[in-house]
Amino acid sequence: MYSGSGSRGEKLSTLKLTVVQYGILFMMLALAAGLWRLQVLRVDDYRLQAEQNRIRKEPVMAARGKLFDREDRLIVDNYPSVSCYLVREQSRNVDDDLPLIARGLDLDLEQLRATLRRYRTRPVYEPIPIKQEVTADEQAFIEAHRNELPELETIDVERRLYPRDGFAAHLIGYVGEVSEEDLNNPRYASYEPGDVVGKAGVEETYDQLLRGEDGSRDVVVDSHGREVGYLRTQHAIPGQDLKLTIDIDLQRTAELALGDASGAVVAMDPRNGEILAMVSHPSYDPNAFAVRINRKDWNDLIDNPNHPLMNKAIQDQLAPGSTFKIIMSAAGLQEGVAQNLHVNCVGGGTFYGRFFHCDRHHGVLNIEQAIPLSCDTFFYTLAQKLGIDTIAKYATEFGLGQKTGIDLPNEMAGVMPSTQWEMKNFHQRYYPGNTISVGIGQGETQVTPLQLARALGGIASDGHFVRPHVVNPEQLPAEFRQALQDSFPGSGDKTVPLNPDTWMIITDGMAAATTTGTAAASHIEGIDFAGKTGTAQVVGGGDTHTKGGAKTPNSWFVGMVPRRNPEIVIAVLQEHGDWGSLSAHIAAEVVTTYVNKKRMADHNILNQASLDKPVEVGAVWTEPAPAGPKRSAASRQDSSLHAGHFMVDPKPLTGDLASAQPRLPAWLLAMPLRFKEGQP
Amino acid sequence: MRRFMSFRDFDWALLSMVLAICTISVFEIYSATLHTKYADFHAHTKQLFWITGGLAAMFLFSKIDYHRLLDWIPWVYGASLLALVAVKLVGHKVLGAKRWISIGPMHFQPSEWVKLILILIVARYFANLGGRSLTWKEIFKVLVLVGIPMVLVLIQPDLGTALTYTPILVAGLFLGGINLRQALILVTCAVVLVAGVWTSGKILKPFQKARLTSFINPDNDPKGTGYQLKQSLIAVGSGGVWGKGAAKGTQTQGDFLPIPHADFIFAAFGEEHGFVGAIFVLLLYFFILMRLIQNAQTAADLSGSLIIMGVVAVLTFQIAVNVGMVIGFMPVTGIPLPLMSYGGSSVLFTFLALGVAMNVRMRRFVN
Repeated sequence: MYSGSGSRGEKLSTLKLTVVQYGILFMMLALAAGLWRLQVLRVDDYRLQAEQNRIRKEPVMAARGKLFDREDRLIVDNYPSVSCYLVREQSRNVDDDLPLIARGLDLDLEQLRATLRRYRTRPVYEPIPIKQEVTADEQAFIEAHRNELPELETIDVERRLYPRDGFAAHLIGYVGEVSEEDLNNPRYASYEPGDVVGKAGVEETYDQLLRGEDGSRDVVVDSHGREVGYLRTQHAIPGQDLKLTIDIDLQRTAELALGDASGAVVAMDPRNGEILAMVSHPSYDPNAFAVRINRKDWNDLIDNPNHPLMNKAIQDQLAPGSTFKIIMSAAGLQEGVAQNLHVNCVGGGTFYGRFFHCDRHHGVLNIEQAIPLSCDTFFYTLAQKLGIDTIAKYATEFGLGQKTGIDLPNEMAGVMPSTQWEMKNFHQRYYPGNTISVGIGQGETQVTPLQLARALGGIASDGHFVRPHVVNPEQLPAEFRQALQDSFPGSGDKTVPLNPDTWMIITDGMAAATTTGTAAASHIEGIDFAGKTGTAQVVGGGDTHTKGGAKTPNSWFVGMVPRRNPEIVIAVLQEHGDWGSLSAHIAAEVVTTYVNKKRMADHNILNQASLDKPVEVGAVWTEPAPAGPKRSAASRQDSSLHAGHFMVDPKPLTGDLASAQPRLPAWLLAMPLRFKEGQP
Repeated sequence: MRRFMSFRDFDWALLSMVLAICTISVFEIYSATLHTKYADFHAHTKQLFWITGGLAAMFLFSKIDYHRLLDWIPWVYGASLLALVAVKLVGHKVLGAKRWISIGPMHFQPSEWVKLILILIVARYFANLGGRSLTWKEIFKVLVLVGIPMVLVLIQPDLGTALTYTPILVAGLFLGGINLRQALILVTCAVVLVAGVWTSGKILKPFQKARLTSFINPDNDPKGTGYQLKQSLIAVGSGGVWGKGAAKGTQTQGDFLPIPHADFIFAAFGEEHGFVGAIFVLLLYFFILMRLIQNAQTAADLSGSLIIMGVVAVLTFQIAVNVGMVIGFMPVTGIPLPLMSYGGSSVLFTFLALGVAMNVRMRRFVN
């Protein structure tokens, strides 16, 4: 039993307890005084404020920014739609009304009950979304039942309209309701539950610009919560429209050329990193996500072995196969090893005690012949001479094994093995024999199509490597551009000094590949098309050349037009697509579209008109205008038909087309510098 | 020798006042949540269970001699420190703070029980010193004794509960024999410490600071804590002298008043029953506190008096801070109103504390 010393007989002093009692009395009096002040002295003031508390905020939805292609052609649009919400506060008994609501709005009663159960813990005045895409009939139902069902509210929203058939779906991405996880992420601090947010592609990366800012409207409600008027409307600020770098024509051609194959096509302008086309197949329909995707469709997407949700152009990491020989050649030539290397191919060669096959007996060849013929034996030998770390050094310089920094979410980095990498990941020394496989793009090396396109673009442009992007950065606010650079780190813009020899020999070799080499069948007459095929064996695969089979090699092609300082580089991947030459056809189609389009544009005066230099114009006329062009002495007959061309300075064109007159426009009449004329 | 204990010695007057407040509490919880989002939660029935459980615990506690409790208390104190550390390690996160641990289906908020443990251990400490003047070393020891659990609760973070530990310390020091000079020095140190904590910007989280200052000018923050405060003032003020009637408060029913059954129950009550009702409840509290102080005076020994005065200190502090918050005198700290606010931990603590106080009274004629 407790018996502390001195506890017996000791008592608390009565004085101190009295002090405490007075302290408590004082506190109580202070609280009572506070209550008096609020409830008696200022009661009218607070009564008024309680009345004014009957104002509810209603959101006004902002329209999301539209997406255009590089020529301002609309790709992603919005369309007006009506959504129906249920506000429990406004109903006497929601549960009794549910069967009627379900019937009128064509909803499943059980599902409707489940929705309401999910929102049970939210405040009763919070609107619960119960139906999107309300039809005219259903809207009439809601109007007709205003009195019986005061809890139903409709709100005008702008919904996303994506191109059909999953056109450019991976690049564009899709939107959906912000998830619980996202809300806990500091990046989404300004988002509220129910907000629509970009979930993939450009929609995700540029969500902040595209989403705009929702406005709000103060709605006055009566004591039953019914709306009786509006007080103040804060208009929504629509999202910013964005111009993408892709070209619809090229994108369309690439989509069609790839057909049903599982794979990717990416075309880029290596001078500035603008992505001209980016295709990944199989695709999905982003419109299905815009409302709420149903479980079955979602499971189908998830379970599909060809990964329709994956953007294969930036996320598929595979062995590059023979396309890697471009990197090998660059490394070999930079090191001065490849120039004088002569290898006798007898259908393979023995390295580190093992025989490595080549698909043909190429005989003696040098690098100029080895690139177009894609001779494995040559590159085995080169790989052995260089060693893994030299190869890795150049491959890394050219951006392999790291993200490119493209402005799309979830890019993959790929893998570039080296002794250091082996030590870090497997805690063992690198086996030199593996270098031989790396030399022909097999082994542990993994690249994405975009990485290959960027690497080739850099090598063919005298070592100027660029950061790829799909949205033209000029239209972005400066701080957003900076944030973009920070959140998508990667190899970016970079210059690697190359010997003149290096890129001349490689580009010439690749040009030979599409004329006499492995991709000769994809030769395009009149276009300086160069490229390199790759037939990358898959793990556990053999020589089963059945297209689409699980063990069939992946088919690669990378190419560019023209061969040096190209305007377009393209990478094509067909998973299990068999020979690389089959992918070369796809690249050839895209490239042909590009060149044809460019040639047509080059000969279109309206396009040229914005240039500063004089433009050559052809013309046909039957009689000279009063102040007409000075004609040559050859034609003095007024009634005869005349033809000729002019050199015209197009500057005065601006603004004049609108007031075009039936006769030759003044600028044309005023500006002829010289003209030749011939008889028609 | 121990005399036979009978419930004749039980403080029936105190109990009836306590039950009166509990009855008001259950009715108010029912009417304040009637048409709100909390209606499905059936807080009033749950509160009834807690009160019943609390009463049982109170009778049980009054059977155990408080001297025995004081024997055990150092062990319990050690265990409670471990529990607080456990909360930090394995606790649930609710609304951004780790305060709860679960054992099976039960959720515990150990910081609430620590109050009772601190009352007992501080009473034991000062009773051992026998009421003579204190040395600085003795003062320092009691500061550490209360300071350790306080810091552990503060980092949960649960500023409100940590603050309720201070009245135990203050009452203990005041009644335990601190002299005026020591008191002045301590107050000065406390002021410097608080000012240092406030300006360092590390210990108090920004949301805690914002909460603490928004009562000075609620219009600065009309959507956050300031919003809660503003709605509370409107509720109380619009209640007027006689109130709007049970379940007729527009502030409460319109979901404008935050958590009307817990932290802001007094605002809901003030809206429905006006100045008259609010003063009635305050008077009940006043008489309960006076009765407890009277019991402290008649206690058999110093330790008994100190225990009751610890209970008085905590209850007084909570009433002052909660009602003060509701009428805009105090910051929004999330301290419940004893016996009125909904909440198992709070109700059980109050009844156990009252049980110990009863215990002391029942043994006032021992030896």
